[in-house]
Amino acid sequence: MPRIKYIEHNGTEHEVDAEVGISVMQAALDDLVPGIDADCGGECSCATCHVMVKEEWLAKTGAPDAGEESMLDLNPERQPNSRLSCQIAVTEELDGLVVDLPEFQF
Amino acid sequence: MSEAAPLRMIDFQPQDIPLEDFDISQRELWAEDAKMEYFARLRDEAPVHFCKDSEFGPYWSLTRYADIMEVDSNWQDFSSEPAITIIDPEEDFPLPMFIAMDPPKHDDQRKTVQGAVAPANLKNLESTIRGRVQKVLDDLPLGEEFDWVDRVSIELTTQMLATLFDFPFEDRRKLTRWSDVATGGPETGVVETEEQRQEELMECLAYFTRLWQERQEQGLSNDFISMLAHGEATKDMAPEEYLGNLVLLIVGGNDTTRNSMTGGVLALNENPGEYAKLRNNPGVIPNMVSEIIRWQTPLAHMRRIANRDYEINGQTIKQGDKVIMWYLSGNRDERAIENPNEFIIDRARARQHLSFGFGPHRCMGNRLAELQLRILWEEIQQRFHMIEVVGDVELVPSNFVHGYTKMPVVVHPL
Repeated sequence: MPRIKYIEHNGTEHEVDAEVGISVMQAALDDLVPGIDADCGGECSCATCHVMVKEEWLAKTGAPDAGEESMLDLNPERQPNSRLSCQIAVTEELDGLVVDLPEFQF
Repeated sequence: MSEAAPLRMIDFQPQDIPLEDFDISQRELWAEDAKMEYFARLRDEAPVHFCKDSEFGPYWSLTRYADIMEVDSNWQDFSSEPAITIIDPEEDFPLPMFIAMDPPKHDDQRKTVQGAVAPANLKNLESTIRGRVQKVLDDLPLGEEFDWVDRVSIELTTQMLATLFDFPFEDRRKLTRWSDVATGGPETGVVETEEQRQEELMECLAYFTRLWQERQEQGLSNDFISMLAHGEATKDMAPEEYLGNLVLLIVGGNDTTRNSMTGGVLALNENPGEYAKLRNNPGVIPNMVSEIIRWQTPLAHMRRIANRDYEINGQTIKQGDKVIMWYLSGNRDERAIENPNEFIIDRARARQHLSFGFGPHRCMGNRLAELQLRILWEEIQQRFHMIEVVGDVELVPSNFVHGYTKMPVVVHPL
């Protein structure tokens, strides 16, 4: 199973073995990684699963679509590498993916 | 209005009314707190329901969690313009505000002010909020009846608003009054006439226009008025748009958290087992705060207009139709929430509720609301064994603001 690393704002690291096909958000929730609220349950409608994808992985995770973009755009702490983790599906290609978690979800 | 007198829902049991005659917006259902069982029948038998005539004209009701989520998130097909409540705007007194605008204008105006309530700024506010909560709680009379709504809920939310606007502190109850006037009309008893309502809102505009001029002359600071006066998307707003956005920010920060502050006390009184859980484990407070916000659902609905014909759950909503998303009902939907009619402070997935809405209009102040409620309960538990509700609560007679005008309590110290 692909392995994903989540790094909390305080530097604490969490490595999770994620099933192919679920979202990077769901993989975090299933493993009780703190810092992802996922208030809408993965519908791209609340932006509380915000993560920052490490630069070297951006090509593989792709860019946000229009719907995701409109939600991300309302976050004042948005970074160029910000994504909503409910919109990134886990694939074999993403084995080793590293994402940073923001200090706060908004 | 139809020629025949409309059927008064409250005179009949929900199962005795033909579904086609259902009108869940009727004020008596809300004033007398009877709406929940009528919502239950709609959820089960007509989750996408058309009411052909009402005080507010024809409208669709969405009562299930999943349908509400679908429409709330879909701003392309469902417009928030020109208003977000079931009542249509007064033609001669429009109040444009960004919650009732679609992207991209909505986004530009919202981004101008949302930094004030974003988490990074909340860190700076936390100690101010805690100090004020401590003062309000320390001043409460012990062993003697008083009104929790006035002494605690209104006082704390109004102080918070005054800070966010950098509004003269001694005049802060004006904000409470303007909030009530903005969401109520002659029919709710807040004012005598629509003319009086408009006059009071114009006084609000005049007061805030003075503050705008002051702030415009000063550099940008971190309060709503300064942000609006200096913001690229807002600095040239027409007066009615300034007033509209003020009403939005005042109501958004006032009627909502105020009623969750009251509703939480009431829910714990009605569920003594949950109050015991709280005493034994104050660590449950953040989770309880989400459960209180679900349970209360301080804004009962939001409204949209369909931009095109749209099929949902077997019904076709026509372009131009008014659609009411009943958050209060969705938050009691057993299809989405386990045991939704029980108040459970340590509930799993408590954050998954509809009270803040979803999509681009999702509540901007949601983290501040949670912060205020968390601090309030932390400080209550430091002081009181129980806040006991000792008489009947009085409800706001509205199908939009779901809250209380009065709740007599006695506080019992530890």
